[in-house]
Amino acid sequence: MFDWLQSFADWLIYTVAGLSAQTHLGQALNFFVFDTLKIFLLLFFITTVMGVVNSYFPVEKVRNFLSRKKMYGLEYLFASGFGVITPFCSCSSVPLFIGFVKGGIPLGITFTYLITAPLVNEVAIAIFLGAFGPKVAAIYVATGIILGILGGFTLGKLKLEKYLTPWVQGVIRNAATEDKLESEKRSLRQRMPGILKEALDIVKGIAIYIVIGIAVGGAMHGFLPTGFFETYINKDQWYAVPLAVIMGVPMYSNAAGVIPVVQVLVAKGVPLGTAIAFMMGVIGLSLPEAMLLKKVMTWTLIAIYFGTIAFFMILSGYLFNFLL
Amino acid sequence: MNIKVLGPGCPKCKTTYNNVLEALKQTGAEAQVEKIEDIEEMMKYNVLTTPVLMIDEVVRIKGRVADIKEIKELLTQ
Repeated sequence: MFDWLQSFADWLIYTVAGLSAQTHLGQALNFFVFDTLKIFLLLFFITTVMGVVNSYFPVEKVRNFLSRKKMYGLEYLFASGFGVITPFCSCSSVPLFIGFVKGGIPLGITFTYLITAPLVNEVAIAIFLGAFGPKVAAIYVATGIILGILGGFTLGKLKLEKYLTPWVQGVIRNAATEDKLESEKRSLRQRMPGILKEALDIVKGIAIYIVIGIAVGGAMHGFLPTGFFETYINKDQWYAVPLAVIMGVPMYSNAAGVIPVVQVLVAKGVPLGTAIAFMMGVIGLSLPEAMLLKKVMTWTLIAIYFGTIAFFMILSGYLFNFLL
Repeated sequence: MNIKVLGPGCPKCKTTYNNVLEALKQTGAEAQVEKIEDIEEMMKYNVLTTPVLMIDEVVRIKGRVADIKEIKELLTQ
């Protein structure tokens, strides 16, 4: 699929710039050009597709669907899938959280949504696809969905309503389904300019992190020997996975740049499960998100919430190391 | 006229707010513009997706950035 891009990178670096494919510098620059273009193309494509899906997505209908039907556990899967397709911007998460609770959707299902929404997003999917290929990207999405379901289910069983902030508890007491539905009547042609502009804005906003990430990755790719990290980080060290998740939490703003670096870490010997656990920590748990959640949750609940998700992330890290 | 922009302070909400100001400047319409960032306050209007553009207490655009041209049309209706 990207052969033409590799040919272009080869042509640019080896023919136009005249560097040898045998040198570290030539390899590193080739890797940089190829990866940057590939990731930007994927990113633009996927954010545009998600923008179209989002534009047509009937949020109100989904909420009513989730609150009315008894689905014997399937509602967790729906809530999680719903989390996957809602936008990168985490600021819609909290209004949606309240909207769900207000509509009478159980807390566990709402949590499932709240966990999956930031964890599996289109930007991360695009970069995973570009950096690791379809198999790992699929593992990432599936893990995110399963994590959301398990995390939400566990949190739902813990009876945490009393740890929500008082006004949210008030919202729960007055929960009711609403029937007022209205959807916009605009054609795809009318919607497209806005969607494309938004996709471009997302790409522009994170471009610098990606370029830095790939540059660092490229340098390491060219200069570090294969298996370099195996001596330091391997599957036998039990503490590597928890440490990776904890280290990932404060790194939120650089999620876009972290993935290309991690790609190289894996190529040089870091176990894939440990790497995925780290990236889940980077993408899924963030301090800005905790500040946003403060409005609806007490610190006790935020701690339980983060703790539960971190626990499942660590678990999936071990599982991948065991399976892969 | 009373215009409200609802959103918890993300870039999209700021763009919408600035677009409103620009649209008002271009049309020369008089309006009181409010930016609501407090989630508790926001939920009184029953919104699920942000940003939301309200004109005279009616939700006109939600879940996406309203562009200047669009707002100008809504203003002159």
